[in-house]
Amino acid sequence: MHHLFHLWVYLETSPLLGLTATLAVYTVAVGLARRLRFHPLANPVLVAIALLALLLAAGRVPYSVYFQGAQYVHFLLGPATVALAVPMYANLRRIHAAARAILPAILAGSLASAMSAILIARLLGAPRLVVLSLAPKSVTTPIAMGIAEQIGGQPSLAAVFVLLTGLLASILALPLLRRVGVRDWRALGLAAGTAGHGLATAQLLLQSETAGAFGGLAIGLNGVITALIVPPLAAWLSPF
Amino acid sequence: MLQGLTMLLICQFAGEILARGLFLPVPGPVLGMLLLLTGLAIRGRQGKTAPGVKQAAEGLLSHLGLLFVPAGVGVITEIDVLAGNWIAVAAALLGSTIAGLLVTGVVMQRLAKPEM
Repeated sequence: MHHLFHLWVYLETSPLLGLTATLAVYTVAVGLARRLRFHPLANPVLVAIALLALLLAAGRVPYSVYFQGAQYVHFLLGPATVALAVPMYANLRRIHAAARAILPAILAGSLASAMSAILIARLLGAPRLVVLSLAPKSVTTPIAMGIAEQIGGQPSLAAVFVLLTGLLASILALPLLRRVGVRDWRALGLAAGTAGHGLATAQLLLQSETAGAFGGLAIGLNGVITALIVPPLAAWLSPF
Repeated sequence: MLQGLTMLLICQFAGEILARGLFLPVPGPVLGMLLLLTGLAIRGRQGKTAPGVKQAAEGLLSHLGLLFVPAGVGVITEIDVLAGNWIAVAAALLGSTIAGLLVTGVVMQRLAKPEM
């Protein structure tokens, strides 16, 4: 017993636990998704998060202890954002050809996401902190956390909203847009990237390289646009 | 692979320094992405490719979902706030995601000319 206690003390102070658990559980979740033929509800990210949350609760491991190890995975979001330049460059000619459609589409989608999130949350009586953390939720995690902090929201809450938004968008993107007659992979990818950042883009990338490239472009451009429009929008729409 | 990963980090590093040094409202990694895109375009004009960067980028992007897991598990630290406002949060997330998808997709499809 004494021995086990020492082992636990070691694991609690070492990054090994959080890092190994994250990779192992995600691998299991990907295997499960493959077995269920990539059904949207078997989304490996969603499954992995649910399993890890349950494991932490069962073992009474605080999130800060888990994050000591998981931070190494989290850190890679930065280089991965930079890496989006590669699929963008591969499709530069096609992106250039459609530039006049891309900018208005992302700008309109970005405004629609942020304004509707703020207004719906306000209308239903959410507190200021929640409303301000919802405003940047359609961009990729590091950007959203930065914006939330800047406008007086809570970065960790924003990270959760970003994730839930990405999951919703990866489930809804194809059925919803096909129902209203959007079939162009460029438009599908752009919508997924604008409304659901990397998570929804990764889901479409499994089916179309074109969607992946336009999604990557949308993640980057929407990140820039949202960083510019959300602070004034939040000041205007949430004056309480 | 190692070269490519180093290049991605250098771009992010330069992006962070630019963003913080010039007080730009744009996050460092996004500037880093634009720097890498510029770099790739310049090399491309000289007829050169960057196989290392391509390999590192594809490696990272093929496991993009994994990278969201640690922040997502953070949901357990916000359970109280979420439980207290779950109707407003659920409605705002669902409504705004649908709005964002529809507006972007429909505008893009209407404005983009079909490709040859």
